[in-house]
Amino acid sequence: MSELTLFLIKISYLAILWIFVLSAISVVRSDMFGARMPATAREAATPKARRQPKQKTRKGSPTHVLVVDGANAGERAELSEAPILIGRGADAAIRLDDDYVSTRHARIAASGDQWFVEDLGSTNGTYIGSARLTQPTTLALGTQVRIGKTLLELRK
Amino acid sequence: MAQPAGPIMQFVHRRRRGAELFLLVLALAVGVGAYAAVGLGVKGEVPADIVSYGGWLAALIIAAHITVRMVAPYADPVLLPIVAALNGLGLAEIHRLDLALDHHFARQQLTWMTLGVALFVATLLILRDHRTLQRFTYTSGLAAIVLLLLPMAPGLGKTVNGARIWIHAGSLSFQPGEVAKVLLVVTFAGYLVLHRDALALAGRRVAMIDLPRGRDLGPILAMWVVSLGILVFQHDLGSSLLFFGLFLIMLYVATERAGWLLVGASLFVAGSYAVYLLIPHVRERFVLWSDVWAHYGAGTDDKGRQTVETMFGMAYGGLIGRGLGQGSPWRIPFAESDFIFGAIGEELGLTGAIAVILLYGLIVERAFRAALISRDDIGKLLATGLGGAVALQVFVVVGGVTHLIPLTGLTTPFLSYGGSSLVANWVIVAILLRISDSARRPPPDLSLPGTSDMDETQVVKM
Repeated sequence: MSELTLFLIKISYLAILWIFVLSAISVVRSDMFGARMPATAREAATPKARRQPKQKTRKGSPTHVLVVDGANAGERAELSEAPILIGRGADAAIRLDDDYVSTRHARIAASGDQWFVEDLGSTNGTYIGSARLTQPTTLALGTQVRIGKTLLELRK
Repeated sequence: MAQPAGPIMQFVHRRRRGAELFLLVLALAVGVGAYAAVGLGVKGEVPADIVSYGGWLAALIIAAHITVRMVAPYADPVLLPIVAALNGLGLAEIHRLDLALDHHFARQQLTWMTLGVALFVATLLILRDHRTLQRFTYTSGLAAIVLLLLPMAPGLGKTVNGARIWIHAGSLSFQPGEVAKVLLVVTFAGYLVLHRDALALAGRRVAMIDLPRGRDLGPILAMWVVSLGILVFQHDLGSSLLFFGLFLIMLYVATERAGWLLVGASLFVAGSYAVYLLIPHVRERFVLWSDVWAHYGAGTDDKGRQTVETMFGMAYGGLIGRGLGQGSPWRIPFAESDFIFGAIGEELGLTGAIAVILLYGLIVERAFRAALISRDDIGKLLATGLGGAVALQVFVVVGGVTHLIPLTGLTTPFLSYGGSSLVANWVIVAILLRISDSARRPPPDLSLPGTSDMDETQVVKM
């Protein structure tokens, strides 16, 4: 086999290798921007929700968590001290005197510019509406989180 | 800005399975192309078994792809193709060394790759939610310690090239440290999720750096002792560095405190210096590194042959390499396992070597990306740990091969000949895909019941 053929094989293999690397990078690049359309699609799918008076779309970023209902109504914790632990234990930022609350019940923490509530394996669960949380879930301003007989929400 | 009236403006990931398939076809071209180029370079003809070889690789890749489509549809589209390409390139280079040295490592490696893909599929099928791994925090820690101790057992363990990290049962040999790596990441992640608050919050502030509390030093000291134990009793520099580095990375990510890095780094330096003074094997590695030319050629102990031949090879390879099958990588002892990066550097040149390092960089980037977007702590820590393990391992191996740092015995992930490492790394990729699948999956829509059913779900007032 001639030198030239071998040289061409060498160059074309390097080309294949780099085509692969660059395609992988371009997939990573296009992946960064994701798809935003499901946000609008979801909105179209919930026409009922739009008609209702909305508390939860108030603008601005939340600054504190407020207990709005329950035995400890009025208690608050600043989000600047996040992550905020909620429970009956002494180390909780929001201590709830509620028999249905576990010692370390839930945690509110930030990821990026969004706030998440995460159940820490509590006995009676953490609820948003009627849904029991199984994984960290985004919190918007005014979304009411139910823990035992207590309701909490993010406030400005 | 027109803020939509819907819940929150969501960033939703697409599935990208089509992109993954496209990249997999390219990855197959990288693997089979390398095999063909090796045949052309060595014998002047395309190998006769190219169809069956390529068919087998394609079958493995398609099996992995279909599994991902079925059980992890939102998983990262780049990881699997990169791993397939690296594995294919490694197989071709091992085959190339087989042709030169007349052994049959490539065939065994293909068997191991088949087992690796089978375990990859099994992991994805069984592990439907990575958070279940948190239940096995202490079980997997215990298993890891037992695995690490196994080579020390008389009759089972065997010292190979100065390091006692192998176990032998009959004709089978296995490096348990590679599996222990995965188990340790699971242990660290589970432990740190539970204890990170205590580790992160208590402590004193000295000169701009938060120093941790004395009694919280327990786990880091324990890990330090384990790492040093591996170094002292098994003479395995690489694993020791890998495990301790892994622990430090995860501790830092979990607590966001630079103080831990400071404590860890000083512990590591102190420990390394003590071991350097005490253990001749480690001292020898360091002396070899500091003046390798005094240990090469006739009239010397010739212990620097590996490093020096690698440097000769890479220098000969230059910018575009000597071409697959046209170099002389058999001059490097153990070129198919520890020094496969040197063989690739010679035959594909700087251009190929940079491509390979970029591919590793992409694996680590995708792992950290999954960690960033993951919504739960255990997923974040697992992905960080697994990505960090790959990063550390590549740094230690490639740094050692290119003579940047003292030589340690670790395998190059996916490239090196070695069953235990290959299988463990395929499982790592499966766990990473599982985490990225759950991270990229759109969050369950709680806003609909939250608003329309609000009346039914009020707290009942007495």
